[in-house]
Amino acid sequence: MSNSDNFPKELYYSKEDEWVRLTNDRATIGITFYAQEQLGDIVFVELPEPGTVLSAKETFGVIESVKAVSDLFSPISGEVIEINEALTERPELVNENCYGDGWMLVLRISEEKQHESLLTAAEYCTLIAEREQS
Amino acid sequence: MTSKTNRTRIDAVGNATRGIGYEEPLLFEIGSPNRKGTQLPISTVPEYNAEDEFSGESLRDELSELPELSEVDVVRHFTRLSTWNAAVDLGLYPLGSCTMKYNPKINELVARLSGFSRGHPMQPEQVSQGFLRLCWELETFLREISGMTGISLQPSAGAQGELAGIMMIRAYHESRQDPRREILVPDSAHGTNPASASLNGYKVIAVPSGEDGILHPETIKPLLNAETAGLMITNPNTLGLFETNIQEITSLVHEAGGLVYGDGANLNALLGVSRPGDCGIDVMHFNLHKTFSTPHGGGGPGAGPVGVADMLIPFLPTPIIIKNTEGFFELSHDAPLSIGRLHGFFGNAGMLIRAYAYIKSLGANGLKHCTEMAVLNANYLLKRLSSHYHVPYESSVMHECVLSDKGLEETGVTTLDIAKRLIDHGYHPPTIYFPLVVSGAIMIEPTESESLEGLDRFADALIAVREEAIEEPDILLTAPHHTRHNRLDETRAARNPILRFAKEDSGP
Repeated sequence: MSNSDNFPKELYYSKEDEWVRLTNDRATIGITFYAQEQLGDIVFVELPEPGTVLSAKETFGVIESVKAVSDLFSPISGEVIEINEALTERPELVNENCYGDGWMLVLRISEEKQHESLLTAAEYCTLIAEREQS
Repeated sequence: MTSKTNRTRIDAVGNATRGIGYEEPLLFEIGSPNRKGTQLPISTVPEYNAEDEFSGESLRDELSELPELSEVDVVRHFTRLSTWNAAVDLGLYPLGSCTMKYNPKINELVARLSGFSRGHPMQPEQVSQGFLRLCWELETFLREISGMTGISLQPSAGAQGELAGIMMIRAYHESRQDPRREILVPDSAHGTNPASASLNGYKVIAVPSGEDGILHPETIKPLLNAETAGLMITNPNTLGLFETNIQEITSLVHEAGGLVYGDGANLNALLGVSRPGDCGIDVMHFNLHKTFSTPHGGGGPGAGPVGVADMLIPFLPTPIIIKNTEGFFELSHDAPLSIGRLHGFFGNAGMLIRAYAYIKSLGANGLKHCTEMAVLNANYLLKRLSSHYHVPYESSVMHECVLSDKGLEETGVTTLDIAKRLIDHGYHPPTIYFPLVVSGAIMIEPTESESLEGLDRFADALIAVREEAIEEPDILLTAPHHTRHNRLDETRAARNPILRFAKEDSGP
């Protein structure tokens, strides 16, 4: 599961299993391959309204799988400018392509260097390998 | 699943057998036009014509698509459905965190006494003295059991009791002109805890439990500040572990000016042994359907009385039952700081009567014995199963234990498959995938009701399932095999639920 192919190098990762893709002042956010695998089949995703202002580690939504309901945490601070509305009808996109069609929201970043405190792909792989050990 | 050996193995398990089983369509799909259940005499009252009084949208074209059935159609329909039930009267129902204990029949007898069952909620207090006395005494029992000093029997379920509790915490802070914004909730909590806090406008701060599965003062300390309205804690927690730092934790919250909510879901582990009130809990709920054997689930009414310490008594829901100087019982609304009424009349009265009967028939020693047996049973099961299943937290447990599917990865079998296969062995599955802090959790609460032989049969079944997982994982991956329907597509059901019947020819 901690196979590094499943964790693109250009992304940043949070300990809460979200990924961040940075493009200028925009951050696209979703959940990691590991997270969707742990959750199993996703059946429902609840996302915030565009315009919502989030701070890092704040809950931004809810994800429900056949196993459990979990909170989604924003890895960084910013204003929601876009959400993936396709997930309402097709939550399975998160399982099928968590880094692509299964993205969740786009933030306008409010704190420039915040991503530096996030994990790199290699660090995230180490984290989940440790979790599987324990 | 076609080879002979598999078939033999599939069939040769447990004590669940199939007799005559029925499929049963929906009521809408049976019957025929103009079939009737009763024949009424010719009406002597003039026919009422709705068109004379209503028009347009208020008037329906026709009263269509209602089932037209005979009495025997209806009786057989519901009787057949009733045979599909899994129930605690049929077998072990080991749902962790839900305390599915046996409901003694004497409770039913008492609740059906005509003085209770035929009482009308509008009848004056003077002629409801028996029922009011029962409520008043039940409050006394719950105070004694919990160590709380004020009780309201009104809330209609644990979740509403919880809501009431957090409303009182909020009312308390607001009455002191010190409204606060945050409630701390451990990561092992029931989902209702953050929901109750959120509904009251509080921000929920998650508290991680330690590697030993319990809370530690040093984790809580940095989260406390002038915005802390309170902490919600379940003891024993959802891993079945007693929060041994409870005194220190409640003191810390109190020092920060917060109050402590005690989730009473696991009270079955404490009766006559430990009182939440003595551990620094300021407000808690009781699940009468868990701890005090009132019927659980099935859509019937619940009851979730709430208990408070002195400082919250002014905020209790109204009306309050009081005993006047002449020894009569009255309902008082004289509580200006009360959070108000939470339920019509007396709450779910029938449940209060059953809980009263349970407490009275067991007595103080009997209740304590229940707790001791519940804890013994959980530990016995854990001991028998720990060499077969992974145990995430090693310490001895209270009234429930948690196993996991760890170690079965190579077989492809997960907790869900174990649960499904257990049905073939004749058992309602335990709680699975909860608590969330354990990956692939299997959470078992046997309760005090089970005999040693009963526990052994259940343990044997779980051990057999584990062996099957290793030897012939396909049996588990396609289980259940002995049920009316085999493995359902739960994902599809959750993604595309059909919530209402629609006749095929009548369009969407």
